[in-house]
Amino acid sequence: MQFMLLFSRQGKLRLQKWYISLSDKEKKKITRELVQTILARKPKMCNFLEWRDLKIVYKRYASLYFCCAIEDQENELITLEIIHRYVELLDKYFGSVCELDIIFNFEKAYFILDEFLLGGEVQETSKKNVLKAIEQADLLQEYFHIMAL
Amino acid sequence: MPAVSKGDGMRGLAVFISDIRNCKSKEAEIKRINKELANIRSKFKGDKALDGYSKKKYVCKLLFIFLLGHDIDFGHMEAVNLLSSNRYTEKQIGYLFISVLVNSNSELIRLINNAIKNDLASRNPTFMGLALHCIANVGSREMAEAFAGEIPKILVAGDTMDSVKQSAALCLLRLYRTSPDLVPMGDWTSRVVHLLNDQHLGVVTAATSLITTLAQKNPEEFKTSVSLAVSRLSRIVTSASTDLQDYTYYFVPAPWLSVKLLRLLQCYPPPEDPAVRGRLTECLETILNKAQEPPKSKKVQHSNAKNAVLFEAISLIIHHDSEPNLLVRACNQLGQFLQHRETNLRYLALESMCTLASSEFSHEAVKTHIETVINALKTERDVSVRQRAVDLLYAMCDRSNAQQIVAEMLSYLETADYSIREEIVLKVAILAEKYAVDYTWYVDTILNLIRIAGDYVSEEVWYRVIQIVINRDDVQGYAAKTVFEALQAPACHENLVKVGGYILGEFGNLIAGDPRSSPLIQFNLLHSKFHLCSVPTRALLLSTYIKFVNLFPEVKTTIQDVLRSDSQLKNADVELQQRAVEYLRLSTVASTDILATVLEEMPPFPERESSILAKLKKKKGPNTVTDLEDAKRERSADVNGGPEPAPASAASTPSPSADLLGLGAAPPAPVGPPPSSGGLLVDVFSDSPSAVAPLAPGSEDNFARFVCKNNGVLFENQLLQIGLKSEFRQNLGRMFIFYGNKTSTQFLNFTPTLICSDDLQTNLSLQTKPVDPTVDGGAQVQQVVNIECVSDFTEAPVLNIQFRYGGTFQNVSVKLPITLNKFFQPTEMASQDFFQRWKQLSSPQQEVQNIFKAKHPMDTEITKAKIIGFGSALLEDVDPNPANFVGAGIIHTKTTQIGCLLRLEPNLQAQVRLLEEIVIYTQVVCLLWCHVCSKWSHLRSSHRCVHLCNLHHPAGT
Repeated sequence: MQFMLLFSRQGKLRLQKWYISLSDKEKKKITRELVQTILARKPKMCNFLEWRDLKIVYKRYASLYFCCAIEDQENELITLEIIHRYVELLDKYFGSVCELDIIFNFEKAYFILDEFLLGGEVQETSKKNVLKAIEQADLLQEYFHIMAL
Repeated sequence: MPAVSKGDGMRGLAVFISDIRNCKSKEAEIKRINKELANIRSKFKGDKALDGYSKKKYVCKLLFIFLLGHDIDFGHMEAVNLLSSNRYTEKQIGYLFISVLVNSNSELIRLINNAIKNDLASRNPTFMGLALHCIANVGSREMAEAFAGEIPKILVAGDTMDSVKQSAALCLLRLYRTSPDLVPMGDWTSRVVHLLNDQHLGVVTAATSLITTLAQKNPEEFKTSVSLAVSRLSRIVTSASTDLQDYTYYFVPAPWLSVKLLRLLQCYPPPEDPAVRGRLTECLETILNKAQEPPKSKKVQHSNAKNAVLFEAISLIIHHDSEPNLLVRACNQLGQFLQHRETNLRYLALESMCTLASSEFSHEAVKTHIETVINALKTERDVSVRQRAVDLLYAMCDRSNAQQIVAEMLSYLETADYSIREEIVLKVAILAEKYAVDYTWYVDTILNLIRIAGDYVSEEVWYRVIQIVINRDDVQGYAAKTVFEALQAPACHENLVKVGGYILGEFGNLIAGDPRSSPLIQFNLLHSKFHLCSVPTRALLLSTYIKFVNLFPEVKTTIQDVLRSDSQLKNADVELQQRAVEYLRLSTVASTDILATVLEEMPPFPERESSILAKLKKKKGPNTVTDLEDAKRERSADVNGGPEPAPASAASTPSPSADLLGLGAAPPAPVGPPPSSGGLLVDVFSDSPSAVAPLAPGSEDNFARFVCKNNGVLFENQLLQIGLKSEFRQNLGRMFIFYGNKTSTQFLNFTPTLICSDDLQTNLSLQTKPVDPTVDGGAQVQQVVNIECVSDFTEAPVLNIQFRYGGTFQNVSVKLPITLNKFFQPTEMASQDFFQRWKQLSSPQQEVQNIFKAKHPMDTEITKAKIIGFGSALLEDVDPNPANFVGAGIIHTKTTQIGCLLRLEPNLQAQVRLLEEIVIYTQVVCLLWCHVCSKWSHLRSSHRCVHLCNLHHPAGT
């Protein structure tokens, strides 16, 4: 996977993760182009499209669009389920996740993503294991808080 | 306010985010952000040391502002400080900031790497995890340099925690992708392969990705992974859906891992070991069988995960291309999906079938679905699905169904989405040419293309139809008749006028016997379109007219009247005016014989790869079309020969503005930029970046002049001037290239490309940025090339420039004067030193000498200037003979320094004969052609030093 973007129906970017090196300018350009293209598509259309030399896999969950760019030989359907698994992870962590959770706790959304995907590849598919890692970190910080008191 | 705030919510951050969200306008938001930035800046600069929490909060705010799309130019240092915090969340936020806002500031990179190093060494798995995530997220070369050696150790160490192993594997994968040269292969690779057997499926998942990437580049080293992957896959596909616990996803056992294992197997041919091969075939059959089982859940996740594995299995079957039974089963399965109610599956089935169509085992099976695919083209509501249907029709096309497919594509074209019209036009043009049994069908098809979608018919397409008509005399009469009829339409596309003009100009005589298409009628018909056309088309029509003068003497006066009219002779466009003047003159002064010779029928074009195919490849990216084309080419060897590679020379291709004439050097003065003068080679029909023009004539001489100087004009013709300015220091250099448009017309698609042979590429590194593709008339654009000499080299890079000028394609190549002597640093030395070194260098490969005749009288000052310009120091008072010239210098390359001594001995007695000797040390590494005193001479250089031998050759030998 080359990058993942989360954006709202209004086109506001909520999360961006780049697994390739690009300049900020290029990133902004890509984002603008893709957000526009995807928002213009109708609901019943398929979840894949060709864009430049990449394949775009996207899916809408409530007010948020999740969009991944993968290379030619990568598997579209499994990418669709990567998106779904990430949504499940967010949902489980926040408890019925909504866009606001991701806005206000954007750093958590990044941490969860890092446990799930690394360098653009799936690192851990077990929901339990991913959440265990995040919760451990949460515990760790509480532990440090006690230490600090 | 947020619904949830886990961990230690940062209240200040939440308030700030709420403020931003409440901003009514973009201006208000910017105002609020600027206020916050000012606040944070003052906090960071303040005297009071900030506690970790505040620092974390502010860094987090900066991150939020950055993610909103604003630039952040401070706070990096505070983020780096957080990395060394002992508090997990502070460290975590520090790492997040670094990961998102990487800064190549070298000072910071050192600090960041230090912090990472500490965390990797901490043996605290959570800290190690954070550090590895950071490396994987940033993935810079500096990080690869620092950690590429360390991470494999962490990965294979026996006591590393599973989660750390997973991160280490993918971290290494990222570093390998960015800097493969920095990741050393070694003992660890065999241990990594054995991670495929690991008990922890998460570890296997991460390791499989790493192994796949490594195996693509080093297949031999990772060969043992095949049998391990097969047995792992087999265990997964045969497991009950509950066996794998949390790794089962909606009743599908480990779908991600299965897909990855199937990908890994696609790096290799079918396993040789019959047992492994049998087991793999079983796996693939099981996966195909499962597709027929009733779903275990109605959820789309279940079917997606199951089908993801199925599609990957089909990819592997296609990749192996060796089991007809599996290929046909795969095809049938995809056939079912073609009519599935899920749009996603229809899309993927069409896509996957495209590759199946190129296998000889399944090509016929794919063809049976033609009606479904045509139906998809007509009924699919999603343009991306229709696009896939077009691709599949193209892929399944062969001689048996070409007429049907081309007809369907043509009829679809009438209503097709604008975004894919051009591509369909190209595909139709290619199929029509490739599978044309009789060429009348081909001509009809292309004319239909122009009628239906004239705006999308690129030049390549109409050029090609003309090439084919000219090369095949069995179709010329038909083509003339057909274009004549097509031109009767009251409104016809300009592209049709072009094709019609060209073809009638060549072959109008073939239909002139019919009174309905007599010469005068032909002429009037064409001329009725003249005023509606653009300048290039009018220019082409003028050429048609002069061709008519030769073909049909009876219309000569009519045509002369037209040429003589003010609207032609005084046309504001120079090109049109010139043509009118010259053609008029030609028709008046030339005898019939001369006219017949000058305006002879165009000679056949050399066979070459269809430029349309090249264009389609360019459009679709190199991989997609090429593979398919190669496969198709093999299969369709019986049909029309298939495209042939383009010949290197463009000599027989006429200049586009001389289009119909093909005059070459024949009188009168050819119009437009003539191919013979000015060294401009024009190749109209191969408008692809891979077709590089041969070196422009005269460029060799010009190149030579730059050996001893750095600035000046490198190339010039009627259209373009290329100037150079360069400077060199040690092994580095910078060259400014100035492209001047000498005309008043814009150059479009202006693309200069630097071309180095593989050999040269390793020794000379050139870096540059693309220039603006549009160069206005009279304007100059500049391109900077950064040069690094890595090691000694002999060839020079070639600068290829391609652009469009007034609708014609221009292609120029010149040698770029970057020669080894540019990296010469002069060295001063005393006479004694010089001759001591000189004498040490006596072995034959350390020296080179050359005797040559001077072209010009020897002028001491000029010769001195040349030697200095050549780059070495001019050593005065070194040689006992004052008439001799002596120089010394060191050639700097990144890897080595080469000392050179040189001596030039003019032999004045023998009337300006000159002896020059340049000698070298150790192994001869390269030959540099250099140019001193207007004469080529040999300079060999080597790894350490060059010296001149004191050999004297009598003049005249």
